Amino acid sequence: MMLNVDLAGIPMKTPVMTASGTFGFGPEYADFVDLNRLGAIVVKGTTLKPRPGNDGRRIAETPAGMLNAIGLENPGVDEFLAHTLPKLQGIDTPVIVNISGNTVEEYGELAARLDVSGVAGIEINISCPNVKEGGIAFGTSCASAAAVVKAVKGNTAKPVITKLSPNVTDIAEMARAVEAAGTDAISLINTLLGMAIDIHSWRPVLGNVVGGLSGPAVKPVAVRMVWQVARAVRCPVIGMGGIMTARDAVEFLLAGASAVAVGTANFVNPRAGVEVAEGIRDYLAEKGLTHVRQLIGRVNDFTGR
Amino acid sequence: MSKTVSMALVRDQKTIGPLVKLLTLEAPEIAKNARPGQFVHLRVNDGPAPLLRRPLSLAGADAGQGTLTLIYRIVGQGTALLARLKTGDRVDCMGPLGAGFDLDCERPLLVGGGMGLAPLLYLAGALCPRPVAVLMGGRSQEELFWQGLFAEACRHIHITTDDGSLGRRGVTLDLLPELLAGGEFDRVAACGPRLMLEGAGRLAARHKIACQVSLEDYMACGVGACLSCTCAGADGRRRKVCADGPVFWAGEVFAL
Repeated sequence: MMLNVDLAGIPMKTPVMTASGTFGFGPEYADFVDLNRLGAIVVKGTTLKPRPGNDGRRIAETPAGMLNAIGLENPGVDEFLAHTLPKLQGIDTPVIVNISGNTVEEYGELAARLDVSGVAGIEINISCPNVKEGGIAFGTSCASAAAVVKAVKGNTAKPVITKLSPNVTDIAEMARAVEAAGTDAISLINTLLGMAIDIHSWRPVLGNVVGGLSGPAVKPVAVRMVWQVARAVRCPVIGMGGIMTARDAVEFLLAGASAVAVGTANFVNPRAGVEVAEGIRDYLAEKGLTHVRQLIGRVNDFTGR
Repeated sequence: MSKTVSMALVRDQKTIGPLVKLLTLEAPEIAKNARPGQFVHLRVNDGPAPLLRRPLSLAGADAGQGTLTLIYRIVGQGTALLARLKTGDRVDCMGPLGAGFDLDCERPLLVGGGMGLAPLLYLAGALCPRPVAVLMGGRSQEELFWQGLFAEACRHIHITTDDGSLGRRGVTLDLLPELLAGGEFDRVAACGPRLMLEGAGRLAARHKIACQVSLEDYMACGVGACLSCTCAGADGRRRKVCADGPVFWAGEVFAL
């Protein structure tokens, strides 16, 4: 019992979750990893209507990372409720649904539709860089982010996590805005907006031209932002961005995250979510600590901030 | 049909064509469960760059020996690292992934362009001793080292080259109509460039012959989670190349 955490009312066996968009709905990985040993599964971004996603090439490998421009392909909330959620009932791990809307009202409607048994919490996606409407448009303005959070909170009794975009000037200001609007927790970072160009064809590599950068390359940016946000708000923070190993995860915990999420690492190592948790436990033992909470926010930054 | 991640042992690696390698791995669990058309997802190093696994279609699997055969061309950073593997090395191997070919046919014609012949080699071996014919295309004679590899399993080998240095000058789709006109085939299985697959699907449909195609796309997870490799099906529903495919009935993914 060194690893269990209560995240805004969501009890988790470990502080290691899977990040939305990197783990499907969970069963995709069941052959490789025991889904019961994850802290929580955050499922693929869900919208009111099915979305086909973006045309053209959707991923590009970059130094120690990757760009993606999937464009929120998903079967829609009806399909999720009718066919996917029932399949997750046998798993003893909280299922958090990541939601994305084109309007504030759509976010509220999605929250209401998902206020059902089997859903442990809602993660608001106001940070997807790959869709034309909604997504990041809500995540780069304090007022619209707050409006989305209020709409969701008004339509669900579940704990609400707001996922912030790193593509802003002042991340602490965004965090304070969504906390004031009532979010129960904050997760960050979503991907950093990036671009790759094919020097032979002189065209963008991605069909969507730009995409979201993830993987080890973004980790220092993510750690810095988690540190800034953890100091700006009282609600729990979920840290993510390039976590491949337990050492990476410990950095986020020390920066102030109460839990972490493993994302791109799942593509490389399907057991990453479980192995990072095991590694944190080993680290605690090695340091003579008895519980993961003894790490949270304990970086000695000597800045007085 | 369980999938695993294991540290496969490199049995052997040799050059068999221009920048083309044949890699033999010992991975008994994967070999036991594999079927033609499936692929494995390999890590090319231990560090974070290059980050992603590389999907390689199986060119063969021997459950008895516990071995996998992979044939690939060195095209970039990842395959260049794979090419350095030597006998006795270990490589992180995930598989078998995806859906393979349907084997329920009597007189199949396999149609392959370039490296698309790799999964068809496995298929040819699995279909043997049924009368298997193969139509293979490449840019020039040097690219058709495949001829020797298919000789054991295939009764008839038809060849096209872009420059006419071997077989008929042209591409596989130039020769395919006359092969199908003979009426001797009850199945077409194709792998290669997308335009070739679509053309083969159309021609097979015209002759009322069931046709399967093996697609490829850029992918990250290989298990249907990241949605990098999805394509629109002919019915409008999305298909995941990695998990629903890579082998599809031609009519599922092309408007024939």
